Amino acid sequence: MSDSQQAPSLYAAREPVFPKRVYGRFRNLKWLIMAVTLGIYYLTPWIRWDRGAELPDQAVLIDLASRRFYFFWIEIWPYEFYFVGGLLIMAGLGLFLFTSALGRVWCGYTCPQTVWVDLFILVERWIEGDRNARLRLHRQKKIDFRKLRLRLTKWLVWLLISVATGGAWVFYFTDAPKLAVDLFTFNANVVAYTTILVMTAMTFIFGGFMREQVCNYMCPWPRIQAAMMDTDTLTVAYRHWRGEPRGKAKKGVVAEGQGDCIDCMACVNVCPAGIDIREGQQMECITCALCIDACDEIMDKIGKPRGLIGYMALKDETSETSGIAPVSPWKHIFRLRTMIYTGLWSLIGVGLMFMLFIRSDIDISVSPVRSPVYITMSDGSIRNAYDIRLRNKHGEAHSFAMVARSDVPMQLEVEGEDYGTVTVPADELRTIRVYLTVPDASSAANSKVTDVRIWITDEANGDRAHADTVFNGRD
Amino acid sequence: MAAKKPNEKPDYGTTGHSWDGIEELNTPMPRWWLWTLYLCIIWGIGYVIAYPAWPMINGATPGLLGYSTRGEVAAEIARFDEANAPMEELLVATPLNEVEQLPELNGFAKNAGQAVYNTWCVQCHQSGGAGAQGYPVLVDNDWLWGGSIDEIYTTVNHGIRTEDDADARYSQMPAFGEFMSEEEIASLVSHVQIIAGQDGNAELAEAGAALFYDNCASCHGDEGKGDRFQGAPDLTDRIWLFGGDTAALTETITNARFGVMPSWSARGMSEADIRAVSLYVHQLGGGE
Repeated sequence: MSDSQQAPSLYAAREPVFPKRVYGRFRNLKWLIMAVTLGIYYLTPWIRWDRGAELPDQAVLIDLASRRFYFFWIEIWPYEFYFVGGLLIMAGLGLFLFTSALGRVWCGYTCPQTVWVDLFILVERWIEGDRNARLRLHRQKKIDFRKLRLRLTKWLVWLLISVATGGAWVFYFTDAPKLAVDLFTFNANVVAYTTILVMTAMTFIFGGFMREQVCNYMCPWPRIQAAMMDTDTLTVAYRHWRGEPRGKAKKGVVAEGQGDCIDCMACVNVCPAGIDIREGQQMECITCALCIDACDEIMDKIGKPRGLIGYMALKDETSETSGIAPVSPWKHIFRLRTMIYTGLWSLIGVGLMFMLFIRSDIDISVSPVRSPVYITMSDGSIRNAYDIRLRNKHGEAHSFAMVARSDVPMQLEVEGEDYGTVTVPADELRTIRVYLTVPDASSAANSKVTDVRIWITDEANGDRAHADTVFNGRD
Repeated sequence: MAAKKPNEKPDYGTTGHSWDGIEELNTPMPRWWLWTLYLCIIWGIGYVIAYPAWPMINGATPGLLGYSTRGEVAAEIARFDEANAPMEELLVATPLNEVEQLPELNGFAKNAGQAVYNTWCVQCHQSGGAGAQGYPVLVDNDWLWGGSIDEIYTTVNHGIRTEDDADARYSQMPAFGEFMSEEEIASLVSHVQIIAGQDGNAELAEAGAALFYDNCASCHGDEGKGDRFQGAPDLTDRIWLFGGDTAALTETITNARFGVMPSWSARGMSEADIRAVSLYVHQLGGGE
């Protein structure tokens, strides 16, 4: 480090962004997506689903205490966690697919960070006014009554949204109506309050103050996305060959050699990331497409064709520059890469559906008791003991008739029961001890190993399940 | 961040060490580091005062808080004992043959009984009640003194042939070798083998039958079916505690056997534990 050089500061203070109101088709689409996603998030825990008397009647419930996941008609036990794993892989592949086709479309339209920031900006605009009013308020150094009032109102509304967001989260983990009452009467678990507190704080800070910094500095996904995108990916871009050289338009004057861009800054003013799309693709761009709406509105006003800013593949830049018509967007979307992602996605989806349909509501597993391996009874007959686990996923208790099938006849007895019938309570796993006995002269008594299959039949509906094990005789 | 001129001596000077003109700077420790060190020292002093620290001859200095890891374990055990107390009281208050009708109590008793069994019983009776020579199998349907839950409870409670408990089950087989000839014993062995369904010398067995009637039937019964009241084994079944071959039977008749089981009440096992382990054994597979 030489004398005259100062170490460059790596810190840059955030430039606050004040996005302007925008109208147009993408804005409308985003309002719709916001309504749907927020609606799903806030309302899902309140959907009821009748599962019988002994199971919760919440349609979507992650019951950590009883280790069950309920999703409408589906109930997942911990040993079926591969369903969750499969869904996560599908979610991942889905992101790959959409990213390779449409770039950061997840970031721009459906990411909770984007949706909540959008909502918070909406609130901000209702209370403090549009971009220019907010800018003035921001630059006003003196904190007078008006500024204080506006700021406090805004923060209060943000806080209410945040509490609702954090509050909705905990309803997914326990019975929502009961928890709601408990929460307001201060009878709920401290974990619930802590979770709400943390989620509220995160929503308030991330949505109100950190905003695009979360995407730029905290989120790993935008950095990973770069690997999913190629020259066919449709992203939001400025057609510089059409717009440049930019310049102010004067009414009635046709400026010779001037591009379509009139440098009105509409695209910059509406950008929630605070960037200028005309500088090309940038790390900060979440492809929210609001600059497209803003620019189209201006193009309509000055009588130029729309699409100075629009969805475009990098591949088309060269052809469009030399005046060749761009390839249809569908050709960009339906290409080998996206088809492979779709194929993998569907494969796992079909696999999961298949597993879902073939899985049984009852299940049996058998482990032979090894100490002792076999027991000699007083009449010389040979007995083996087994620990059998019976799983009943029904909402009510079911009885199972149990029989042993083997090449040689075997007598089956259940510890503590008079007959080979066992009742398993609703939604439970019951372990029982079962004995198989063969007479002294039986071939199974005198050979080391005999294969046995134990069948259970659900007496309520005739469903059957089986498990294989072995019978150990004198060797 | 202020830039420094290279090779300029900082104002905190050097240590005075110099090698070939290269001097060692006396750079002070960073402030935060120093404060962390001081805080650690203060914390260390506090720790030594509050907690067991210095090793002495009879243990460590106790510390003001009176904490010890043994104390923590004792408190933990006490906590579990306290949590189990209501179930144990219920277990003691419930008649044994009614426990199996109460699923929660029965589950508690089986688990507690398994823990007791694996601590105190498994050495002789083996894991899972598999038994060994001289130590009865607990999972079959052959019982010396009875296999009902109450009989098992009595056996565990008072033991067998132990001097520690006046109520212990007691019986003693004479050592017939003291007053019988080897030929007489061999004939007895043959008789026992024949009533047990084994191959025996039928000629010898005839003499053995008379000897059996005179000497053995009072305990083992005329047909050798045994007598649970005296703990006399059934000689006609396939289960032999000390072996059923000629050598083992000869040894048994000549010198007799004297299997002993401790009285667990005399050994200080709690009533609840005795009941729990009795219930556990009863549900191992042989219970009557």
